[in-house]
Amino acid sequence: MFDKSFIDELRERRCQWDKEKEKYGQNARPRYMTVSGDDVDILYGPESVDMGGYLEKIGFPGQYPYTRGVHHSMYRGRMWTMRQFSGMGTARQTNERYHYLLKQGQTGLSVAFDLPTLMGYDSDHLRSTGEIGKCGVAVDTLADRETIFDGIDLSKISTSMTINAPASILLAMYVAVGEKKGIPSHKLTGTLQNDILKEYIAQKEWVFPPEPSIRLITDLMDFCAQHIPKWNTISISGYHIREAGATAAQELAFTLADGFQYVESAIAAGQDVDVFALRLSFFFNAHQDFFEEIAKYRAARRIWARHMRDKYGAKKEESWKLRFHTQTAGCSLTAQQPENNLMRTAYEALSGVLGGTQSLHTNSMDETLALPSDKAVLLALRTQQIIMNETGVANTIDPLAGSFFVEYLTDKLEIEAEAYFDEIARRGGVLKGIEEGFFQREIAKSAYRFQKEIEREERIIVGVNGYVMDEEITIPVLRIDESAGRDQLASLKKVKQSRDNDKVKRTLEELAVCAKGDGNTLKAILDCVRVYVTLGEIVDTLRPIFGEYQEPPMF
Amino acid sequence: MSEKIRVLLAKPGLDGHDRGVKVVAAALRDAGMEVIYTGLRQTPEQIVTAAIQEDVDVVGVSILSGAHMTLFPAIIDLLRQRGGGDKLVFGGGIIPDEDIAALEKAGVSKLFTPGASTVDIIDWVRKAVAARKKDEKLL
Repeated sequence: MFDKSFIDELRERRCQWDKEKEKYGQNARPRYMTVSGDDVDILYGPESVDMGGYLEKIGFPGQYPYTRGVHHSMYRGRMWTMRQFSGMGTARQTNERYHYLLKQGQTGLSVAFDLPTLMGYDSDHLRSTGEIGKCGVAVDTLADRETIFDGIDLSKISTSMTINAPASILLAMYVAVGEKKGIPSHKLTGTLQNDILKEYIAQKEWVFPPEPSIRLITDLMDFCAQHIPKWNTISISGYHIREAGATAAQELAFTLADGFQYVESAIAAGQDVDVFALRLSFFFNAHQDFFEEIAKYRAARRIWARHMRDKYGAKKEESWKLRFHTQTAGCSLTAQQPENNLMRTAYEALSGVLGGTQSLHTNSMDETLALPSDKAVLLALRTQQIIMNETGVANTIDPLAGSFFVEYLTDKLEIEAEAYFDEIARRGGVLKGIEEGFFQREIAKSAYRFQKEIEREERIIVGVNGYVMDEEITIPVLRIDESAGRDQLASLKKVKQSRDNDKVKRTLEELAVCAKGDGNTLKAILDCVRVYVTLGEIVDTLRPIFGEYQEPPMF
Repeated sequence: MSEKIRVLLAKPGLDGHDRGVKVVAAALRDAGMEVIYTGLRQTPEQIVTAAIQEDVDVVGVSILSGAHMTLFPAIIDLLRQRGGGDKLVFGGGIIPDEDIAALEKAGVSKLFTPGASTVDIIDWVRKAVAARKKDEKLL
């Protein structure tokens, strides 16, 4: 882009400027660094970044390597989906929240399940005591799913579900709800998180060991390719990796490494990369370092496209495109002066939009205290609507491209991710890395470093170690009372009494045969859920066959 | 020099949020304490068994699942039943103010909420253990 003699001259001028700066300027702080703890320079120019190979590295939106975005028209063609992750208490309470959000202009649904559901326990399991409906909605049987989507047209709205170990069961229930509403499975659209690798690495909601878990996933991918072709089968997630304390480079590298692992597993299961790849999507965090985050999304697209085309031999352009959902960083919110979280979330959301996200969840200001109240979730949604309608940032694609700093960060993150891919390969791959605790240790180290930076006051968090106030927190907080648990137990009991228990027994036996053999597990699970077999009964059938994952405790 | 303070850090509940407990574990270890971390999803039964077997001075419990009103009292009751009622129990997590008051009444010595500094946690553990040991000598 710039000729060599100009760059040489510029370098010389920069040296002079640096000297001048020493004379006139001074730094108020001893260090200037990103949220990831990397030092940043005071100024970036053409001399700081390799702007050669513009078309190969940056190019055009909708064209390889998609650095500038996966679609030609980006937000002019299609606005990002505003998708607030939501679910609490009973199926009925959650259904009411969905109707509320849709009425306020939300454009997609995103289901948050409670911890027993995430872990494959029914509400009446001993381990569910005190946890029913607390962190999301409780789902035991198809009956709960029917209530959650009551009055919602599943042929018109896409639904995202944050579910991993029991993902097959929740997808099967969704298909069965569709059948009851007369909507054929090929018309259903949505996304399953279904990313078990990041569970072992960061979020830690697992049931089975890696090998059978991967089989459940590849069975699901195969089933979807045939029967639910518009369904996004895995949302390969960096969000939780980042929340657990990872740096931007770690989030980027570990997430993409997980993605490559799924591609390799599906290819090994005999599937065609150009059939399944376009149904893989991603889920990234929008943390606080504005430019670093934007660079991260741009680097992610470029890396994915290159590996899919060159390493995995995907021929179709659709297979090269990294599409992603973004959620603002829960770990950046503070319990102190919680209204400040509105501003944090707005800046984070803006970085997701400037980074070209396909959908977005903005956190509510009260989420360090509890699940969000109606008022808080509305303000979070309004934040997105303000960005979309009032700031003008969605008019022009990838407006920060060509910024010396943003291009420098994009290249830097790409180099760091590639270095991690090499290290993961040297260690024997993703599964080996999980088994040996490599990812978990790397993340814990970063989390500890970040905490120490706060305590040494190298980082100021407003309201926590700076600008501290004596305050009484006055925002109203949503409480899920114990009656939600009681109601859920009563409705589970009712379903168990009214269903055909012979059919339950038979379908579970068939599932066991399928799991021991090599049939498609999702097909067998669908037969179970149609006759109101519970989530826990399905998991209990699979657990003795597949085994249970145990993590060695480490810190 | 007095002997090392022994701390059991435990993670009950079904959630997998272990960032906080791991940071606290590393900080207490770096402050010279003997730290045993149970890993995730321990039942109150497993936690109390470990606390007694490991003969710890302090049990630190991290809960972010919202089930604190069920799990803390269960741990404290079991500790008392098994002769571990002298062990200090403290905790951390997303716990509303009104619940903190109730839990402290139920026997939790101290609760740290989001934004707490590891310096304060270390300081509290040292002082609380020293005070407890002094009380024991007086008895």
